[in-house]
Amino acid sequence: MRTDVAIRTEELTRVFRVRRREAKGQKREVVALDGVSLSVARGELMGVLGPNGAGKTTMIKILSTLLSPTSGRAEVAGVDVVEDPWEVRRHIGMVSGGESSGYGLLTVEENLWMFSQFYGIDSKTARARIRELLDIVGLADRARTKIYHLSTGMRQKMNFVRGFMTEPEILFLDEPTLGLDVQTAKVLRDYVGEWMRDRGDRTLLLTTHAMHEADELCDRVAIIDQGRILACDAPVRLKRSLQRDAIFRLRIGALTDLESLIGGAEGVVRFAQTPREDHTEVDVILSDENRLPEVLGAIRNRGGSLLSLEKREPTLEDVFLSVVGHGFEESEESPQ
Amino acid sequence: MTRSTWTIFWRTVIGRAYPRIIGLQREKSWLFFDVFLPLLSVAAYVYIYRAIEAPPEFLGFVVLGGAMTAYWLNIMWNMASQFYWEKETGNLELYIIAPTSRMAILLGMAIGGIVATTVRALAVIAIGTLVFRVPMTVTSVPIFIAVFVSTMIALYGLGMLLSSLFLLFGREAWHMSELLREPVFLVSGFYFPVKALGFAVAAAASIVPITVGLDAMRQLLFPAMMSDLRFLPPEAELAILAGSAVLFLTLAQRSLAFLEQLARREGRLTLRGQ
Repeated sequence: MRTDVAIRTEELTRVFRVRRREAKGQKREVVALDGVSLSVARGELMGVLGPNGAGKTTMIKILSTLLSPTSGRAEVAGVDVVEDPWEVRRHIGMVSGGESSGYGLLTVEENLWMFSQFYGIDSKTARARIRELLDIVGLADRARTKIYHLSTGMRQKMNFVRGFMTEPEILFLDEPTLGLDVQTAKVLRDYVGEWMRDRGDRTLLLTTHAMHEADELCDRVAIIDQGRILACDAPVRLKRSLQRDAIFRLRIGALTDLESLIGGAEGVVRFAQTPREDHTEVDVILSDENRLPEVLGAIRNRGGSLLSLEKREPTLEDVFLSVVGHGFEESEESPQ
Repeated sequence: MTRSTWTIFWRTVIGRAYPRIIGLQREKSWLFFDVFLPLLSVAAYVYIYRAIEAPPEFLGFVVLGGAMTAYWLNIMWNMASQFYWEKETGNLELYIIAPTSRMAILLGMAIGGIVATTVRALAVIAIGTLVFRVPMTVTSVPIFIAVFVSTMIALYGLGMLLSSLFLLFGREAWHMSELLREPVFLVSGFYFPVKALGFAVAAAASIVPITVGLDAMRQLLFPAMMSDLRFLPPEAELAILAGSAVLFLTLAQRSLAFLEQLARREGRLTLRGQ
């Protein structure tokens, strides 16, 4: 069955029962996904952006048939993930960040060949694809290296090749550049972009908490926090929605309780603070830039020192701050 | 191109068997752990039997039992608890999302395990026979092969069943493997004819295919000595092994399907560090 919608979820919910730390034997319920409805068109690169514990991985696990939803529905390639997981698996691939899959005794090439066999790819075709992809990601010279000798970045490149070599119709990338150095992350991002451009009918769902990654790659971005999708649109449109606001980044030294000082000031739409080593970085969205002198005055009156001030164009980080109400780093961890 | 279920199945079996077979060449430590160490246990029993002036066939019982320990250890550590390790490394997720049968993965693990373990077992038999000068002649090669093959199918069928049960387990898998190791060495008669434990215990221990497989193989290698010590006739033991093979493989398939679904519902397929 071929439909124009590659992924569809309706009121998708997943509740985990986790042990209470304070009371042995008792369990509490944690809602990891809370009524998520989402539709991804065939050929689209959709990003799911959210902090750790927002529900991104839970969503990918359900869509890739690793986890059942507590309620709601999910369809991948027009097939219900609960009713026919076997059929769903014929259409999908997945790469997760920080994966340590494979067998240390086998070489990169052998591990990849082994995984290709689980998809029934004949050895000749598999080896040709493996060589081509290793070359693209810059790992060709390590093809005969046993994988326990690989660095984290090299290992993730191998995982990338594993995910792409089966040419899946729908690919899930779960934090694929997590923990990688800038250069390796860029190589992999470039390949993702190229893969999507060259194959118009493939669909990719990317979860990330790297704003620039989502901004650079995605046709649309869904912002998720505490299991709920709070906004979903093209990055350009999401950012444009903030253009009537004035966005500033302030670096402030020697001042505490900024929450009440700035957060409570008139004209402040949203406010987030990130403590740094010797100062605090404050992102503030004002309804009107004429409100800025009031904010600066409040800081000065409290004895704070303004180290720098920068007016910025809206970024996805600002969009996140605007729709969620707090910054990325302020979000809580989830059970899984 | 759509690949048939059958093609995917067999390629999966070959793919998953590969690491086990190649591992034999790449990790030479098996010579110490799987040949030298079992030979120490064998040696202990050999010297006991020699001290009490037991007939030389008893040395053969011990060497054969010592060789079969490699299979039981392989079942416990590389079949039953394997999915636990696969979960910890992240391989299990990739097995689950692949469009292949989990039975094919288990079968690949089993075939790889049988090949690698047979090399170890043959090394134990060869060295044990030479060092301890054990007289060994197979009376009926076809029946011996039939018994050995049936033992392997039934034993690895049991391994596949345990593997599916262990799909839900976390660290308990490790303890369970420890728990099943030594008692089975005792009740299955690895170092003595199982009849010595009495019919009831031998019958109960027959749930582990090595019990009857070992008894039948001993009868075929040492017919005169085993005529009074046998548990059941070899033909009856062959029938039990064939029945066990069918039973365990069927149960493994059903339990795997059921427990995978249960594990997906409970979120235990991907939960690491349990």
